[in-house]
Amino acid sequence: MVKVLLFAQFQEAAGTESVDVDAVGQPVSHVKSVLKENYGLLDLDNATVAVNQEYTDMDTELKEGDTVAFIPPVSGG
Amino acid sequence: MESKQFWITEKFISIDDVVKNVVRPEAGAINTFIGTVREFTKGKRTLYLKYDAYVPMAEKKLAQIGDEIRGKWPEARCSIAHRIGELSISDIAVVIAVSTPHRADSYDASRYAIERIKEIVPIWKKEHWEDGEQWIGDQLESKAYPSGHPEQEDL
Repeated sequence: MVKVLLFAQFQEAAGTESVDVDAVGQPVSHVKSVLKENYGLLDLDNATVAVNQEYTDMDTELKEGDTVAFIPPVSGG
Repeated sequence: MESKQFWITEKFISIDDVVKNVVRPEAGAINTFIGTVREFTKGKRTLYLKYDAYVPMAEKKLAQIGDEIRGKWPEARCSIAHRIGELSISDIAVVIAVSTPHRADSYDASRYAIERIKEIVPIWKKEHWEDGEQWIGDQLESKAYPSGHPEQEDL
């Protein structure tokens, strides 16, 4: 399983901070599809993605125990 | 109180805690940037803000900004604290301190730090207005993201 973290508008829309997805051996884009289908998170196309706290892309293949975070456009400062 | 050089906190940020991290004999300048909660944005009144963050990654990215600054200004030292949770008007959201031997670099590096925060640090601001609320997206104002998000080379 991989752990998927949701923040800000994604967290509110999904009603949860994190979900476990069976996506070992799959690219990040697979997780995105699952979230779109199961949680209606259509805005995920505007997000960047981080795996294990580093920015990466949707083609990254996931391993057991990875943590995926969908990062909405940031607005700190 | 804090021993970290780059940190996210739910508590009030003491400006001194950030500044003291960059005090050193080689410095002839310490530039401090303080970001505060603004009441009016384009005529719209903010009641309060809520900041959310991916805390461990945000602290890593703040430290990365510190590394980038040392790459560009080898003699600069930097410390950054960002607050999350609910903030009222005029509360301090972020404090950046940069020390350098000479003043010009301290201004440049400080400006660099706040712009990078708005690009790469996973922190989000939710505005609460009299008539609604909204998570705010990219607010760099200087760079358009045609794809709706930063490109790989920006990260």
